[in-house]
Amino acid sequence: MKNALGRDVPGHPYLGLQPIERIEYKQIKSLKEDRKDKVHYDLESFIKTLPLEDKMTLSFHHHLRNGDFVMNQVMAEVAKSGVKNLTICASSIFPTHAPLVSLIEQKTITKIIASYISGPVADAISEGKLEDVCLLQTHGYRATSIMSDETSIDIAFIAAPACSPEGNITGSMGPSGCGVLGYAIADAWYAKRVVAVTDFLVDVLVPEIPACCVDDVVKVDRIGDPDGIVSGTTKITRDPVGLRIAKSTAELMKATGLLKNGFTFQTGAGGISLAVAKEIHALCLNENIKGKFASGGITSYLVKMLEDGVFEELYDVQCFELDAVESIKRNPNHHKMSAAKYADIHDPDNIVNQLDFVILGATEIDLDFNVNVTTGSDGRIMGGSGGHADTAYGAKFAIIVSKLVSSRISVVVDQVTTITTPGGTVDVLVTDRGIAIHPRHQALIDHLKATTNLPIVEIQTLYQRALALTGIPEKTQNLGRIVALSQYRDGTILDVIRQIDTAE
Amino acid sequence: MLRRSALFMPGNNPAMLLSAPILGSDCIIFDLEDSVSLNQKDSARLLVKHAIETLDFGSVEVVVRINPVSSQGWKQDLREIVPVYPDAIMIPKACKEDVEEIERFILEIEEEKQLTKKVKLMIIVETAYGIETIVETLRCSRRIECVLLGAEDLTTDLGIKRTKEGYEIDYARAKVAMAARAFSVQAMDTPFTDVEDTEGLVKDTLHAKSLGFSAKACIHPNQIDAIHAVFDPTQSEIDSAIEILEERDRALSSGLGVFSIHGKMIDLPVIQRAQNIVDLARKTGKLK
Repeated sequence: MKNALGRDVPGHPYLGLQPIERIEYKQIKSLKEDRKDKVHYDLESFIKTLPLEDKMTLSFHHHLRNGDFVMNQVMAEVAKSGVKNLTICASSIFPTHAPLVSLIEQKTITKIIASYISGPVADAISEGKLEDVCLLQTHGYRATSIMSDETSIDIAFIAAPACSPEGNITGSMGPSGCGVLGYAIADAWYAKRVVAVTDFLVDVLVPEIPACCVDDVVKVDRIGDPDGIVSGTTKITRDPVGLRIAKSTAELMKATGLLKNGFTFQTGAGGISLAVAKEIHALCLNENIKGKFASGGITSYLVKMLEDGVFEELYDVQCFELDAVESIKRNPNHHKMSAAKYADIHDPDNIVNQLDFVILGATEIDLDFNVNVTTGSDGRIMGGSGGHADTAYGAKFAIIVSKLVSSRISVVVDQVTTITTPGGTVDVLVTDRGIAIHPRHQALIDHLKATTNLPIVEIQTLYQRALALTGIPEKTQNLGRIVALSQYRDGTILDVIRQIDTAE
Repeated sequence: MLRRSALFMPGNNPAMLLSAPILGSDCIIFDLEDSVSLNQKDSARLLVKHAIETLDFGSVEVVVRINPVSSQGWKQDLREIVPVYPDAIMIPKACKEDVEEIERFILEIEEEKQLTKKVKLMIIVETAYGIETIVETLRCSRRIECVLLGAEDLTTDLGIKRTKEGYEIDYARAKVAMAARAFSVQAMDTPFTDVEDTEGLVKDTLHAKSLGFSAKACIHPNQIDAIHAVFDPTQSEIDSAIEILEERDRALSSGLGVFSIHGKMIDLPVIQRAQNIVDLARKTGKLK
C-alpha cells in the first residue's frame, strides 16, 4: 500500500501528520522485592538458569556505545543454550557488536528492533542475512512501543555502570560511567524480567533505575571500554565550509525572532552542529540572551553553555562526553531524562515538543524536504533516525545543516533513498551554497529576503547548483526483498529498505 | 566591486578550488606562484583554468597570481589563464619593467584570441626596489586596480625580522597607501600569518586601515570575517552618515549651500565620506 509520501510499504502506512490519539499504557509489571540475594557472580551459569525460549525478545541499551561489552557477552552465552529465532530490541547497535552477525547467520537472532545500526550488523541486514524484517524506530517510538506492549520484552539486560546488590542502578558512577541511562528506562519498567549486568557493585543512593524494577544483578569483570563509551570525536569542525554553514545557521536562527530569552535548543554531536552551538553561545553572551534549556545527547560544549549561563537547564538522555558525565553528577540543573520523557508521542509534555530549534544532519534531503539518515545513497543501512524524526516533529524550527556537495555527492536529491524524517516536519536546509526554507513558510521567506542578506533560494535551485558540480548521478535501484522498515514516531511505516545487490 | 578581503588559495588543490566561491571572501587569488611546487605548476595552471571556466563564482572576484617574470612559467600562465577571463592577473615582485613586459604579452594574447574584455592587473610590491619605485610602476599601466604589499618577501629582501607588531613595515605601508591613493588604486594590506590569532589579526588590520588600506589579503578562510568586520562601517557610522546625507538633501532643497549638524559645519569632504560609508554599507548588506 502506498503511504502519504508515495512509498509502497507493508503494515500501517504513514498517513501524513495526524492528530495524536492518546493511548493508555499498560499497568507497569509487578514490582520486585528489595532483596540482596539478587546477585550472581558468573554470567555463564546465570544465563543457564534463565527460562530462555525460542522467539523471545531480549533488550539492550546503547549508553556504552561503541565501548559496550554487555550485548556481546550476554548473547554469546544465550547462543550456547541453543535457543533460536530471538528478537533483539537494542536502542542502537554499533560496530563493536560485530559478533552478532554470526548469531544472525545461525538464526539465533532472526529479528532486530533498533533506532540506529552501523557497522557489520547493519551490513548483514542490508545483505539479507537477517531472516525477519528489521524495524528501525525513532528513539521516542522505541519507548512508546515498549510501554504500549507492541514490543513485549521478555528479558531486558541492562548494562549498569553502578548497581547495588538490591538492583538500584545509576549510570553516573563506576569505571564504565556513562552518565545517563535514558534509553533503558522503559525496558526496566516494562520488561517481564530485568537483569542488571554490572562491573561495579556498590551502594547506589540515587538510582535512575530502582531496585523494584530489577530481578537479577550479575557481576562481571567489565561491562565496557571507557574509550568507546564517551566519544572523543565530538569536536567543533575546523573546516571553513562547515564554519560558514554554522554562521549562516546562527544568523538565520536570530532572524526568525525565536532566539530570545527562554529559547530552547537541541543540536547533535556532529562537527557542524557543534559549530552552530558555538555561534549561538557567542551570540547569546553578546546579546545577553538566556535560553531555557538544551536537550538530547549532551556534549562538552552544551555543558559549557550551561555553566556560562546561556541555558538554565540541560535535559540529558545520553552523555556523549566525559564532561557531561561529570556535569550531571554535580550540577543540579543538568537533568537526566528517559527516552519517553524525551520523545514519547503520547506524552504532551515531552521535551521535543518544547523545542524551538533543533539542528540536524542529513545524508540526503529531497525536493519535498524528506530526509534520509538511515541508508547511504546505495540503500545500505548506515544509521537510523535516533531522535531525528522525533525532534524534527517537535521543534518549532527544524534545521538541517549540511554541505551541499560532499565527496562529490549532492545532499539534495530528487527523492531520498529512504525516508527517515518526513519533509512536512523539516523547516529549513542550510548549506554552503544557499539556504532553502520549506515553501509552507512563505511569510518567513518573504520576511528574511526583505530584512537580511541570507542567501535564501528554493530547494530546486540548490539541487541544480549541486548537479552543476556533480553531474546527474546514475540511479541505483534495489529490487531485493524488504530487509528493514523505517518506522515513524506514531508507529506507521515511512519506508522500506531492501536487500542490496552484493554481486559486484 | 566590493573588495575588503582577498584569500590566497593554492592552485593545485581541487577540493579547495571547489569551495572557493563559498568561503565568504570578496576576492579569491588562485596562486600559481609560491604555494605551488615546481613539479605541480602545470597541473595547477590547468586546474585553475578549468575552475574559472566551470565554477559559478557569483560576486566573488577571481584573480590569478602568476609566476614572476624572472621565472620560466609566467608566459604559459598567461596563455592558459587570460583567455578564460579571470577578473584580474596578480603580478608578484612587481616593478615597472615587469609590469610593462607582462602587459605587452597580455595584449598579444587578447588580440590573438580576440578577447572581448581586457583583464585587470593587481600588483604585489614585495622588494625594496618595488617599494621605492612604486610610483613609476603605478604610472606605467592603466590596468592596475589594486596594489598589495607583500611584507614577507619585503622583510626577507631587507634582511630584517618580520614581527607581529609590524613596526618594520610601517614605512612600506605608508608609502604603498599614499602612492595607491595618488593613482586612485586600492591599497591592500599584507596577510597576517598567524591564522590562530584573531585578536592579532584585528589589531593588524585596524592599523593598516588607519594608514589608508581598504582591503587585506589573507591566507586562511577563518580570517575573512575578522577582516570584514574591520573594514565594514559600524552601525553608528552608518547612522551618522545617513543623518549627514539627509541634512544635505534638506539643505539643497532649501537652497542652502552649507549646513551644520549638532553645531558642526558640514563641508564637502565630510559629505563625501558619509556617501562612501553609505555606499559601502549597501554593498556589504548592512544597509538595505
